[in-house]
Amino acid sequence: MSKIIIDGIEIDVPADYTLLQACEAAGAEVPRFCFHERLSIAGNCRMCLVEVKGGPPKPTASCAMNVRDLRPGPNGEPPVVLTTSPMVKKAREGVMEFLLINHPLDCPICDQGGECDLQDQSMAYGIDTSRYQENKRAVEDKHIGPLVKTTMTRCIQCTRCVRFSTEVAGVTDLGLIGRGEDVEITSYLEAAMTSELQGNIIDLCPVGALTSKPYEFKARPWELTKTESIDVMDAVGSATRVDSRGNEVMRVMPRLNEAVNEEWISDKARFIFDGLKTQRLDRPYLRVNGKLMPVSWQEAFASIANKMKGAAPERIGALAGQLASVEDMFALKALIGALGSKNIDARYPGSPLHPKHGRSSYLFNSGIAGIEDADAMLIVGSNPRREAAVLNARIRKRYLKGGVVIGVVGEQADLTYPYAYLGAGPESIAEAAAKLFAGKEKPMLIIGQGALNRADGEAVLGTLAKIAADSGVVKDGWNGFNILHTEASSVGALDIGFVPGEGGLDTAHMTKAGALDVLFLLGVDEIEVPEGAFVIYQGTHGDKGAHRADIILPGAAFSEKSGLYVNTEGRVQLANRAIFAPGEAREDWSILRALSAVLGHTLPFDSLTALRKALYESHPHLAVLGGIAAGEAASIGSLAKLAGTLHKDAFHSPVTDFYLTNAVARASKIMADCSALASSRHAMAAE
Amino acid sequence: MSVRRLATDALQPASFAFTQENLAWAQTIIAKYPAGRQASAVIPLLWRAQEQHQYWVPRAAIEYIADMLGMAKIRVMEIATFYSMFNLEPVGKFFIQVCGTTPCRLNGAEKIIKVCEERIGEQRHVSADGNFAWLEVECLGSCCNAPMAQINNDYYEDLTPENFGKLLDNMAAGRPVSPGPQNGRKGSEPLSGAKTLTDPALYDGSVVGSWKARFEADEAKKAIAAAEAAKAAEAANAAAAEAAKG
Repeated sequence: MSKIIIDGIEIDVPADYTLLQACEAAGAEVPRFCFHERLSIAGNCRMCLVEVKGGPPKPTASCAMNVRDLRPGPNGEPPVVLTTSPMVKKAREGVMEFLLINHPLDCPICDQGGECDLQDQSMAYGIDTSRYQENKRAVEDKHIGPLVKTTMTRCIQCTRCVRFSTEVAGVTDLGLIGRGEDVEITSYLEAAMTSELQGNIIDLCPVGALTSKPYEFKARPWELTKTESIDVMDAVGSATRVDSRGNEVMRVMPRLNEAVNEEWISDKARFIFDGLKTQRLDRPYLRVNGKLMPVSWQEAFASIANKMKGAAPERIGALAGQLASVEDMFALKALIGALGSKNIDARYPGSPLHPKHGRSSYLFNSGIAGIEDADAMLIVGSNPRREAAVLNARIRKRYLKGGVVIGVVGEQADLTYPYAYLGAGPESIAEAAAKLFAGKEKPMLIIGQGALNRADGEAVLGTLAKIAADSGVVKDGWNGFNILHTEASSVGALDIGFVPGEGGLDTAHMTKAGALDVLFLLGVDEIEVPEGAFVIYQGTHGDKGAHRADIILPGAAFSEKSGLYVNTEGRVQLANRAIFAPGEAREDWSILRALSAVLGHTLPFDSLTALRKALYESHPHLAVLGGIAAGEAASIGSLAKLAGTLHKDAFHSPVTDFYLTNAVARASKIMADCSALASSRHAMAAE
Repeated sequence: MSVRRLATDALQPASFAFTQENLAWAQTIIAKYPAGRQASAVIPLLWRAQEQHQYWVPRAAIEYIADMLGMAKIRVMEIATFYSMFNLEPVGKFFIQVCGTTPCRLNGAEKIIKVCEERIGEQRHVSADGNFAWLEVECLGSCCNAPMAQINNDYYEDLTPENFGKLLDNMAAGRPVSPGPQNGRKGSEPLSGAKTLTDPALYDGSVVGSWKARFEADEAKKAIAAAEAAKAAEAANAAAAEAAKG
């Protein structure tokens, strides 16, 4: 720690702090464009100039100078930094004037207007007129994909986007070509960007050079209602903010959550919103003579009641899909239970995950932030880049820090960091772990659903648990036994026990032809349902599940209801309601509540509050919003007893197309464009 | 300066590869850097690629070098576009870089530029006969022979519109030309001939080692003076002693 006086306030900061960090620690605000906490330091915008006594006798870029670089005064006084002196103000005004020389005066037609760093800072350091009489520079716009719109004349060459794509995303898409006045940001030959995190450069851009293409000219930031939400496109549970106007989601932005997503979100989380408007189920439907006909809620409920009456309880079943909130599943579980059936499941066929093994048997136990502590990582049956893009960025961050070995058993794909490829299937696990974990302090297993959702899932999980116990993955003070889920509902479903009861049927058995008379699908689109059963589909989009359905009950999407989601590390988070569901669609729990009354098994809650009260009573750990109720590490030891024969077939990631993993994504034109682009790129790479 | 772009697709060769000789040379350059730091070799390699490929860097070469060094293509592109000495478009058989900085300009670089404009056309354009392209550049460090131009790898100095025109004629016709001053002067000597270092003795070997002789003479002189001073002091001492006795 070293002492430093900033604007007359003496503070003690670590010597490796930059002056900018020290100034912030002292409460002084320093304007900046190129500096960003999570990126390397470029020091090229010069906006963060401060006056330093004990340093060079000129304004100093505070982002690029360390506290330890400053000399103390003649009698050993701490160095002095001034952030508000006339010299600083004049210097910053000079920088601002230069930045504005070539910046177009098009704020009124710029999408960044209202949330623009340059606009904001020019209020403090700009002057009202320009002294510049020459022609302004103009730069050709670049085409860098369907997500990011470029207006390159506005660019101030801060290179945040270049640094982000190279460092955080790990895909060297962007570069700064040319020199001097002619520098330009571009991708190589203007190819579309390939990162799953590219949308973040829109937020990083301090001006309007990179803006959101789907949001182009749609709204102004001050018109939008901001609702804190959670991303449900994967199981990471990134913190998001849904911006809506009227009853329309205009865009999705990230929120800061250091423990989960830092400040990044994946493109799927950000650009999914157009899928919320298309292909929506906005009224109940009933299949009559093979065709779905619109009906009223009463008719739909009556026909369900009719079907249920004729079905034996053990021939009724329910499956929950990947976007279901905890409340929805809790209500559905209560309803199916009241009907006397134990046939409920939210897992894929073969999945060995079960709450009976204890909570830590299905969580990402180290936590996402825990990745940064690991010194060896074995990724089994997962492609984290496709399954959890933000979490993959965290692994890359760990890799960049150095001192970690990463191994993969499963698909050999570009994960944005180098790794040792140690095999394709279960037979390689033991050898890979032995090789990777030898002599390591904090080894970590990342187990994907590709390793578990298969016939030998139980044996694979048992093998991995045994390795975990033997090689120090689970020990005092460290639990690196991590299950990486791919779906937002998975952990919540396991938490509330949305799994078959004693003697109940699991997903594989329920979807066998002729197993059931009535099957209730709560937004299930990924599982093939055979002919025979009468299918009630409650969901949001006219997707695979709705096509198979005999009755459709229109539900609310994640943005249209208040719901709890538990992410892969077991963190309970609340997604708030931003808008209302379209047409006659209703919040899912209320549909189930209304249906229960028609079926004669009225559920004991009349409001979401009452539902949550019941939920919290039976599962107290869900009441701690934002928190993680850590599981007992010992339960992983008991997992090791799971036995079976390991098969020979290779692991496959369940996510083959990052952009089209759920019904909302498949309804999104933006995602379809991205997917087509990605597959054409794959085809070209294969040639 | 102006925005530099890669040459149009029509001009780009389908592929690029180093010749055997250049490849071997490239390996030695790469080997200079520690493992994992091969990217440091990018500038020499780009330069060699430019020399091999009619003095301009095609897209294929950028990609070839990126692959060779394990770099992202955009990173090599950044470097190729940053340095103005990498030509991204064809430059003809003779690439003329006319210095337009102050000393040359004071000595008539404008006239040279005018010749270029008349004979070749606009900057960065290959002349109709495919022989020439020209570019105004900043100081090339040959100010005492201003105005000057660099043509391919050689400096041509003391240019006038006349001798420059003749030079271009000779080049176009394939006649031999001599680099250096074009007005007959030698190196950067004054136009009217050398004014200093004219003593022929400087060049016949007679002055070789003369500094040593002078040094030795100086030493000898000093020794004699010291001896005399010692003798005088002795005599003075003796006189003083005698006076004390007396």
